[in-house]
Amino acid sequence: MIPAAAFLAVAATLFALGVLAFFVKRDLLTQFLAVEVMLNAANLAFLALAKASLKAEAQAMVIFVLTVAAAEAVVGLAIVLLVFRRRKTIRTEDLSGLKG
Amino acid sequence: MARGLWLIPLLPALSSAVLLLFGSRPSRRWVSLQACLAVLASFGLSVAALARLLGAAEGAAPLSGKLFTWVASGSLSAAASLALDPLAAVMILIVTGVGFLIHVYSAGYMAGDRDYGRYFGLLNLFTFFMLVLVMASNIVLMFVGWEGVGLCSYLLIGFWFERPAAARAGMKAFIVTRVGDAAFILGLLALVAAVGGPEFARINAAAAAGRLAPGLATLVAVLLFAGAVGKSAQVPLHVWLPDAMEGPTPVSALIHAATMVTAGVYMVARLNGLYSASAAAGPLVASVGAGTAVFAASLALVQTDIKKVLAYSTISQLGYMFIGCGVGAYGAAIFHLVTHAFFKGLLFLAAGSVIHALSGEQDIRKMGGLRRRLPRTFPAFFVAALAISGIPFLSGFFSKDAILTSAYSGGHVAVWLLGLLTAVMTAFYMFRLVFLTFFGEERTDAEVRRHIHESPPVMTVPMAVLAVLSALGGLIGLPAVFGERADLLGRFLSPVLGAAKAPPAAVEWNLILVSTAATAGGLFLAYLFYLRYPGTPARLAARWPFLYRTLVGKYYVDEFYGAVFVRPLLRGSEFVYVSFDLAVIDGALNGTAAAAQAAGRGVSRLQTGRIKDYALAFLLGAVLFLGFILAWKA
Amino acid sequence: MAWVLFGILSFLCLGAVAAMIVSSNQAHNALLLVLAFACLGGLFGLLDAPFAAAVQVIIYAGAIMILFLFAIMMVDLKAGLPPERRRYVLVLAGLLGAVLLAELLIVIRRAFLGAGGPGPADGQGPAGIGHLLFTRYLYPFEITSLLLVAALVGAMALADKPGRKEAS
Repeated sequence: MIPAAAFLAVAATLFALGVLAFFVKRDLLTQFLAVEVMLNAANLAFLALAKASLKAEAQAMVIFVLTVAAAEAVVGLAIVLLVFRRRKTIRTEDLSGLKG
Repeated sequence: MARGLWLIPLLPALSSAVLLLFGSRPSRRWVSLQACLAVLASFGLSVAALARLLGAAEGAAPLSGKLFTWVASGSLSAAASLALDPLAAVMILIVTGVGFLIHVYSAGYMAGDRDYGRYFGLLNLFTFFMLVLVMASNIVLMFVGWEGVGLCSYLLIGFWFERPAAARAGMKAFIVTRVGDAAFILGLLALVAAVGGPEFARINAAAAAGRLAPGLATLVAVLLFAGAVGKSAQVPLHVWLPDAMEGPTPVSALIHAATMVTAGVYMVARLNGLYSASAAAGPLVASVGAGTAVFAASLALVQTDIKKVLAYSTISQLGYMFIGCGVGAYGAAIFHLVTHAFFKGLLFLAAGSVIHALSGEQDIRKMGGLRRRLPRTFPAFFVAALAISGIPFLSGFFSKDAILTSAYSGGHVAVWLLGLLTAVMTAFYMFRLVFLTFFGEERTDAEVRRHIHESPPVMTVPMAVLAVLSALGGLIGLPAVFGERADLLGRFLSPVLGAAKAPPAAVEWNLILVSTAATAGGLFLAYLFYLRYPGTPARLAARWPFLYRTLVGKYYVDEFYGAVFVRPLLRGSEFVYVSFDLAVIDGALNGTAAAAQAAGRGVSRLQTGRIKDYALAFLLGAVLFLGFILAWKA
Repeated sequence: MAWVLFGILSFLCLGAVAAMIVSSNQAHNALLLVLAFACLGGLFGLLDAPFAAAVQVIIYAGAIMILFLFAIMMVDLKAGLPPERRRYVLVLAGLLGAVLLAELLIVIRRAFLGAGGPGPADGQGPAGIGHLLFTRYLYPFEITSLLLVAALVGAMALADKPGRKEAS
């Protein structure tokens, strides 16, 4: 049996990689992708814990996370497209309108 | 307990309150009517009170009325309580009587003024405070009146406050008298502490019974007298009175001639027990009085402003009153106070009439020959001038004589000589004023001359009344040579002020002769200088330019004060202002604000608007949080 | 056997993400992530969560990533973007990321020290999940469906053709 700890370690590493990706990339879309990675890492962690605690709740949790992630992706991408239309750029360092 | 006594000051107070609050609304006629009637009512009540006093049995206690206990703190207890004894009766008659005449005169003089209501409100307020001052039964309440009249004086001198000179004059008056008042307060506190209470009866009784150590009595007497020096414009605190002429002329007549400035004399007379108990105080008072009398008279010799001449004359005459107090002749001093109120009040009113007629001209070099053009003002002025000069049988003659006689027979020959010298100078400068203003060729500007008009009856009738009083007022205080019981005033006041000892008849007559000769001499000199040989003053001024310039420069006292006190104080204040108020206090305040702003700016630099930077913050927070939990759970 | 599978799947997943970090071509990034998510689906299966695995592959690796690909095409950056230039961001991110990873690993270590592998759970199949969703978690379930509708409507309103409703 593969211990849940192993899966959790993978999830942790995945999360860390997602964080790194977020900070390394300079365009909004790819940063968005990094956020999805982080979400997935969380999902993995949930499932590992579901296995470890023998509770099915965690799997239901995964469904919800996934659904929310989908909704969020939809709206987020719509916003990114709008931003691109308006500003002709999706480079995050150019988008500093909330400065101050 | 005659609580009704309080009506005398409260009627003007009520009128004042109404006028000061609502004075701009009612018509001018109503304002002046109300103000004058309030004072007239007080006068009526004062007469009634006098009748009551006269009718009372010999040696009866004075009328007194207590409103409420004002201060009750530990061993100090002061009541708001008035008392009417002969001295107070005389004073309130003067304040309300002459005050009423001046109120009526003001209705005409101030007719065109924008702030009619405020003027009469302040005049009434002054009347209230002055009445409290002279009727107070204890020194604390008297001080309330003392300060109150000082306040009204400030407000009335600076009545036309949009004129910088008037505003400055008001401030000068207030500040200079403040100096005296500071000493007064110290004296008051020491006295009340020593005697155990502020009532005049208690103070005078303690002094008479010898319960006051001589050193203490002298100290207190001197301190209180310092306050009188300020209030009554004696040297060295005389500098405010000439400047106070910036105020309306009726104000000068009422406050700076007839009543407020005499408060110092009243105070000394009221505390005669104290002043007699101290051996050194009397001579001090008399010396200051005599010195001031001569000093001021010398300055009146060269003044060219009609009101300033009268101002210095007032200072000089007040000196006379203090001579009377200093030599123990308190009754004589009060007598002169009364007659002075008549003729000096009249002189100011008449001067106001002249100024009014000449469309505001006050320089006597630009007057002349007015006796034909001002047929009602001229006689009034002339009578007053005769009275003040001490021409025989007018009021001033008797009152001055009373003082000089007491000085001589008390052995104070130096003081007597100075008084005599002053009398010569007084006659001289008064008739200089008369001749330059009313006689000789007309030196008025053509434009002014066209508009010369006599004053309306509302102004000339009060002058006429005062003229009669100035002429006949002396009859209440005839000297002993005219009969044993001729000195009505003196006898009336003797329960409070003690009786004066009359010198032998021969001495008395000689003294009368000498003063009359002195006065006549002064008058004649003025005639020579200004009517017969008009070029003489100019030639004398050219002969002794230094002396002339010193007199014109008022002995440079103002300049001295300015250099020694005013400018260093101002510079010190500015220094403190810049180095402390601006730098430290404002600096701390502004610094706090600046620090807050800088902090805000610094913090706002965190808000770059860039997502990544915010995300970094998240990350940092998450890491720290996790780390904290891990450490905690360890 | 399971370990081998686990190893391959983990390696692929993490490797794909690492490659995504390095690559600057956006289409490549998206496709690499499809791979990563698919591997993840496999891992889900290893965890006795067949439903989750299926949903992951269909929805995540499928629908969502297609969405991303569409968006990438629409934005159409001709040249890709080189990675972050600012030094301090990289340093800080790297540092903090490493620390985060360390902390997470510590947590895992502490929580599961000595815990042996758990046995198979019961009621974990799709039927079990369905049961939960329609009883205990009915409200969240319904609200999530509302959420989807809201997202749909919102996205349509946002991405509507310009000039139709925009005032400025």
